[in-house]
Amino acid sequence: MEDFITFFSFQDPNIRYVVAGSILIAVSSAIVGCFTFLKKKALVGDAVAHSVLPGICLSFILTGTKNPIYIIIGAFVTGWISLILIDYITRFSKIKEDTAIGLILSVFFGIGVLLLTMIQHNGNASQTGLDSFLFGKAAALVGYDLLIFSIISIILLLAVILFFKEFTLISFDENFAKSIGFPVKRLELVLTTLTVLAVVTGIQAVGVVLMAAMLITPSAAAKFWTNKLNIMLILAAVFAAFSSISGAFISFTSPSMPTGPWIVMVISIIALTSFFFAPRHGILYNIIKQRSIKKRILHENILKLFYQLGERENDFNASRSIDNILEKRTIKLGALKPGLRHLTKQGFLSKNKNFWTLTTEGKTKGQRIVKLHRLWEVYLTKYLRIAPDHVHEDADNIEHFLTPELEKRLENLLNYPESDPHSSAIPYDQITS
Amino acid sequence: MIVNVENPVLEIHDLTVTYSRKPVLWGVDLTLPKGSLVGIIGPNGAGKSTLIKAAMDLIPKSSGWVEIFGEDLKKVRKKISYVPQRESVDWDFPASVRDVVVMGRYADIGLFKRPRKADYEAADYALKQVKLSEFSNRQISQLSGGQQQRVFLARALAQQADLYFMDEPFAGVDAATEKAIINILKQMSEQGKTVVVVHHDLQTVTKYFDWLVQLNTRLVASGPIEQVFTQELLQETYGGKLTLLSDVSTLMHTQQLPVRDKT
Amino acid sequence: MDTLYIISTGAIVAITCGVLGCYLILKKMAMVGDAISHAVLPGIVIAFLLSGSRDSVTMLLGAGILGVLTTFLIEFFHTKGSLQSDASIGVTFTWLFALGVILISMYAGDVDLDQDCVLHGEIAYVPLDLWILPNGSIMGPRTLYISGFVLILVLLFVIIGYKELYITTFDPAFASAIGISTVLWHYLLMGAVSLTTVASFESVGAILVVSLLIAPPATAYLLTENFKKMLWLTAFTGMLVSILGYYLAVWIDGSIAGAMSSVAGLFFLLALIFSPSEGIIAKKLRQQKLQPNNS
Repeated sequence: MEDFITFFSFQDPNIRYVVAGSILIAVSSAIVGCFTFLKKKALVGDAVAHSVLPGICLSFILTGTKNPIYIIIGAFVTGWISLILIDYITRFSKIKEDTAIGLILSVFFGIGVLLLTMIQHNGNASQTGLDSFLFGKAAALVGYDLLIFSIISIILLLAVILFFKEFTLISFDENFAKSIGFPVKRLELVLTTLTVLAVVTGIQAVGVVLMAAMLITPSAAAKFWTNKLNIMLILAAVFAAFSSISGAFISFTSPSMPTGPWIVMVISIIALTSFFFAPRHGILYNIIKQRSIKKRILHENILKLFYQLGERENDFNASRSIDNILEKRTIKLGALKPGLRHLTKQGFLSKNKNFWTLTTEGKTKGQRIVKLHRLWEVYLTKYLRIAPDHVHEDADNIEHFLTPELEKRLENLLNYPESDPHSSAIPYDQITS
Repeated sequence: MIVNVENPVLEIHDLTVTYSRKPVLWGVDLTLPKGSLVGIIGPNGAGKSTLIKAAMDLIPKSSGWVEIFGEDLKKVRKKISYVPQRESVDWDFPASVRDVVVMGRYADIGLFKRPRKADYEAADYALKQVKLSEFSNRQISQLSGGQQQRVFLARALAQQADLYFMDEPFAGVDAATEKAIINILKQMSEQGKTVVVVHHDLQTVTKYFDWLVQLNTRLVASGPIEQVFTQELLQETYGGKLTLLSDVSTLMHTQQLPVRDKT
Repeated sequence: MDTLYIISTGAIVAITCGVLGCYLILKKMAMVGDAISHAVLPGIVIAFLLSGSRDSVTMLLGAGILGVLTTFLIEFFHTKGSLQSDASIGVTFTWLFALGVILISMYAGDVDLDQDCVLHGEIAYVPLDLWILPNGSIMGPRTLYISGFVLILVLLFVIIGYKELYITTFDPAFASAIGISTVLWHYLLMGAVSLTTVASFESVGAILVVSLLIAPPATAYLLTENFKKMLWLTAFTGMLVSILGYYLAVWIDGSIAGAMSSVAGLFFLLALIFSPSEGIIAKKLRQQKLQPNNS
């Protein structure tokens, strides 16, 4: 708790800078990542992330220092080379893209590991701190390094704002962008450069191995909440910022914990939560929705049964027991009882002891379902040429979904037929509009 | 116009297929007679390939059932063969022409066993039928489009099935190949085998087929070619979608509504 | 003797990975292999914590199951969550890998694994960890036996299921049409890949396994158009990679696994340039032949 207060009061200027810096880095990766995500190049980002490792090691071997500028240049160069190679291999040989990505990713990383172990065995690995590029060390990001990476992040953000319209267009519809005279090739080049830069800075926070998560996961999570690009960008940025603060906090309280994996863990939890719980797109949301549709269908079916029973006996006001209902159609008791209770509460049925009667509202509703059922059967036989004995099941389903607008159109299209293919009369409202 | 037959080779009942809950085939009821050469036509996106894939149970059905030779599909799989669209596989795959054609025998060979001499002979005979004998050891990547299509046909022939489903076997082949293929199909049909072909060229329909199925999300027509290849039915097939039906399917997709209520 | 142990372990791992990699690259699922190799990490750590040692069958099984679960999760997010497949792969494996690294840090005292081991394995220590029978006789390095066992399993799998794997890889639709279950063979293959990555993990680490899964098959793919030859060539390349990788590592004093994947990459590059049928030079020459006088 004490840690919590010290950390989040941001009194310590060191903490302040580290937090600000890592947020900037995470946010810029996430925002550039949104476009990578939309262009379905998520795994290419992964390849770039792994491929910067040999560049980092080489620039250390060549210059002997860990100056961030040299490191960035080295990383940038091998990152770009990996992209060019992937493109070349897929274009000029029968090797497919996924193989090319996996190949370049693992081989470049292998070369990086070879160089890294070589440097380590030469004895000065501890001073270099090069292995912090493997899993990230946001907390160690201070002074000059922090300044450089923050500047790059700000450049990235500004570039995205500047090219927002153009990037949006090439991410959604490249061909259209081409057709209206956008310099698509050059814009792609800019976007790719930004991606490489985002990777180069992002690895400061999470390291090369998990960098892919900083590009992909925030946008994947954000995509579940919205269909609008600008909101998606903002959400991805917020998710990334939150996970990066959490990561910084964790590495502040327990320095032995790897920062990068924790940041990735937090952002992944956000993403998993979104997959399951986000409205409209979430998996759980859909399950709940399917259940509520099922319930609605059940309720409408009960009212339909009451109406059909009334039709048969020519008495819509008769009271009926559960046995009466089950006689016409089998519904599971476990579903029927709560269904009856719900309909009574809603005022579609009235209950007296163990008997239920249709109210006026209930009758109207039941009648509408019966009407839609029969109208749809007419439609299927007339327009889809389906045999009259085959239309019942489909109508049993569609009757629940037709909106009032579709209902009107159906009535007009069929011109208010009197009866369905089985010669049952179609009940229209007494007061037709 | 939907003509039904007694003792059909293929019977499809109330078949609805959806992609992410949007119906792409709606309530198809269909029977096909034995020994016929059947063409399936319809505009793009009408569900032609979907129909044959669903008939073979390669994609899930939202409703309905299929019977082949009066039995459940599982019992008669070996008697059915399939020629997928040519682009559905990667022709850079390391395989020779003969390797691919022998695949037609795999169903008969059974699990864990290797192809035997008789299987290779059947493959070679099938290659002879499609006039590719001299290409037997050629790598499939070195074939022309027409030759690739004939390799697929040979594979199906090697299977010695009784019912064949072919997805656009004439797409992207030269005129000579097309002629060669249709001659083979006609021979097969004379031998009492049933061949169902997804087709898109209206010019050749009357020359090629004796039974025609017209689709546009729903079944418009199915029957002997002289009865159903009419101006009126073609207009209905190609004259656009039923707006009400497509609006209902859009509604089912956007609202994620189920195709069958199972309470 | 130590050299021989290291090289033979490396070769066995490379051959096992390569054989399965042939199917992966032809199924266009190389990145799923990458994802599995990362995602088995938490399985390894958990199995380690539960069993307290590295060599139990529990570990192979536990992590193997996690590998298959990864494929299932990727599939699940893709179909049920309508997440595009590349993002589904990326999200799933980074999450599980992060979990593995965190677990290692949390139980650093209890787990004889460190981040270096995760990244590039400890093939150099193979000769140190010997399998000693209760009666005291030394049987040789334990890892050698484990990888040898997995190699035999994998070879049996591809020999027995040769026909089924071949057809479901080339034309899954046709395979299902004639009654061969693509789903079953897909998950069997993914199970084999998971088992192999777990068994190779100690030797070459989670990430460099990927280069052995992909690079030798990709090299062989450029050199032949016959699938059986491709398998043989892959195995042969894998062996060469192990030998040359070892000596490269010794020469420049670096990680053996890193050197192995560098050599694997080099072989691919050579095949890309010099392959008689697919190489850049061969293609250039063929083009020139087609248009002899271009003037």
